[in-house]
Amino acid sequence: MKTINVTLAGLGGQGVIKASDVLSDAAFRAGFDVKKSEIHGMSQRGGSVSSDVRFGRAVLSPMVTPGEADILVVLAEDQIEVNRTQLRPGGILITPDMIDAARLLNRKSLNIALLGILSRHVDITLDSWLAAIQACFPEKLLISNRQAFEAGRQIPVN
Amino acid sequence: MKPDRQLLSGNSAIALAALHAGVALGTGYPGTPSTEILEYFSKIGGKAQWSPNEKVALEVGIGVAYGGARSLVTMKHVGLNVAADPLFSAAYTGVVGALVIVSADDPGMASSQNEQDNRRYAVAAGIPMLEPSDSQEAYDFTLAAIEISECWKIPVMLRVTTRVCHTQAVVRPRATVVPSPAPHFEHDLRGRNLIPPNARPAHRRLRQKLAEIDPWNEASPYNQVIPGSPKLGIITSGVCYMHAREAAPEASFLKLGLTHPLPMKKIAAFVKSMDRCVVIEENDPYLADAIRAQGLKVESKPGMFRFGELNVNRVQRILANNTTAEPTRPPGKPPELCEGCSHRVVFQALHNLDCIVAGDIGCYALGVLPPFSAMDCCVCMGSSLGIGLGLRHVLPPAEAKRVVSVIGDSTFVHSGMTGLAEMVYNPPSTGHVVILLDNGTTAMTGHQEHPGTGRTLEHAQTGKVVYEDLARAMGIKDVQVVALGKDSAEFEQLIKDSLASEKLVFIVARRPCILVAKYIREYEKCATKLEVCPQ
Repeated sequence: MKTINVTLAGLGGQGVIKASDVLSDAAFRAGFDVKKSEIHGMSQRGGSVSSDVRFGRAVLSPMVTPGEADILVVLAEDQIEVNRTQLRPGGILITPDMIDAARLLNRKSLNIALLGILSRHVDITLDSWLAAIQACFPEKLLISNRQAFEAGRQIPVN
Repeated sequence: MKPDRQLLSGNSAIALAALHAGVALGTGYPGTPSTEILEYFSKIGGKAQWSPNEKVALEVGIGVAYGGARSLVTMKHVGLNVAADPLFSAAYTGVVGALVIVSADDPGMASSQNEQDNRRYAVAAGIPMLEPSDSQEAYDFTLAAIEISECWKIPVMLRVTTRVCHTQAVVRPRATVVPSPAPHFEHDLRGRNLIPPNARPAHRRLRQKLAEIDPWNEASPYNQVIPGSPKLGIITSGVCYMHAREAAPEASFLKLGLTHPLPMKKIAAFVKSMDRCVVIEENDPYLADAIRAQGLKVESKPGMFRFGELNVNRVQRILANNTTAEPTRPPGKPPELCEGCSHRVVFQALHNLDCIVAGDIGCYALGVLPPFSAMDCCVCMGSSLGIGLGLRHVLPPAEAKRVVSVIGDSTFVHSGMTGLAEMVYNPPSTGHVVILLDNGTTAMTGHQEHPGTGRTLEHAQTGKVVYEDLARAMGIKDVQVVALGKDSAEFEQLIKDSLASEKLVFIVARRPCILVAKYIREYEKCATKLEVCPQ
């Protein structure tokens, strides 16, 4: 199978890295070879953050080559243009306006809601997703994140 | 999911290997991209400590290894500059238990002041070096480094880069590991006292060890040939192997894992069997220079690829000898001091007073950015004191009187104290003002403890260095301790008065980092109740 390239982007504090943790863990649990790569450090201070997740039969480079992301998830409206060059022609762009934030139990779960949308485009079982969410969040945040994931997953793929 | 399969960052993989190999103590100083190694080592049950700086961390590690136990010392690339002194001598004395030094390099400077290539240090100090390319190899090569270190009784460098440290990938831990030795001490006065009559034979012993490792490495499993087309051969190491394999799947590869001393016979045979041979490496042309010095014909990357990280696309360009301008990604949002950060108060005051600010390494380096634009230099850990003093010594008085040194709490303990000694010993005629920004944590690298917080790596209560007491003991007469408020006017007045006094003034500007204030309160509460703190 072809390696799937996903880039997640946004601003420090939005949960970009957390979302990529959940995605990579779900892909890992689904049995894929996985690599997840991001830059830590200065970006934690409110600046732009992006994380690359690649999964498939055997993944080599940990970075998504610019212009070759199959899926680009952007958590902040003002970061869409900055990251658009990452997406391949015909790739899937997932943006925050696809989710009605008022429907989320916790607005901070936007990152996981967008993963719910992403989940409809990749071959990862629901069990793997739920196990990954369980593994990545403390008990008290599980309900809101499961709800956010479900809210995103229910959005029809057009 | 198979239980023997884990998704781990390179840093976590190094820590796991250290645990499996029975490393008795891990030491280091926080620095991106190396920080998580010791944190994870501690989390999974290893004994880990933050040292005040990398030099001390390495010295503690040398002591551990002299005592026959296994030692892991971690740091970012520039940390090895600080630890270079003990490194070069430890290579001469050798060790009993393993001594593995992790140098985490940062090509592209994601969060560093330079992109120095620490492979040069392995050559300069004369120690073996391993370069893993992913998390699995980070695990395997850590074990190998321990074995090599104990076999030849020599410190070993594990050289990793940001993309190895911070990439999560699948790791299958080894089932059996070498049992760890019982620590004990044996005198070796000649071997470890590097007075010249002892150091001369020690240097010969070191070269002899390297001469033995050399033929062993020619046949070692750490350097692999991956056969492909004889038309293109690629020699590479570290994460560059992954990029190159993807960029040119049809090529033949010589993937080097143990890159000092280099297996030159293996390299020569590979080069001679290829129509065209290209070296793919980040940073300096370390491999290419060494291979060419043997008279072997290999291509090195064009100069433009010495800057920044490589990726699949850049490797394709190198292979195509394409030196046209590379596409640039639109600039993202730059980082900034957090809303409510106490540093904002200080830099607003320094901005208002138009001070000449010798800055230092930490979050507060963001004081250089608008709206403050209030930092004139940021060079290396602890440099604010010396540079501020140098400026004071030579600038005309009107300018000299505006010079201020600004340094963070962790950075001060790391290497600011000697600068303070310099200030007492060689005071400028216009005096000097040092502002210690005490936010109670090593904020930049993700909030690690340090000797000034009085808490260990695991946040348990321990001895504490008190800056104001220290400054007074060192001979600073005017020591001011200020609890920073939200408004900068009061602090601005204090700086103004301190500058006008033309004396040596040491100001401790105190307020916990807003990102961890909550946790610090919890740790302190636990300490008074003698409870175990929540992690």
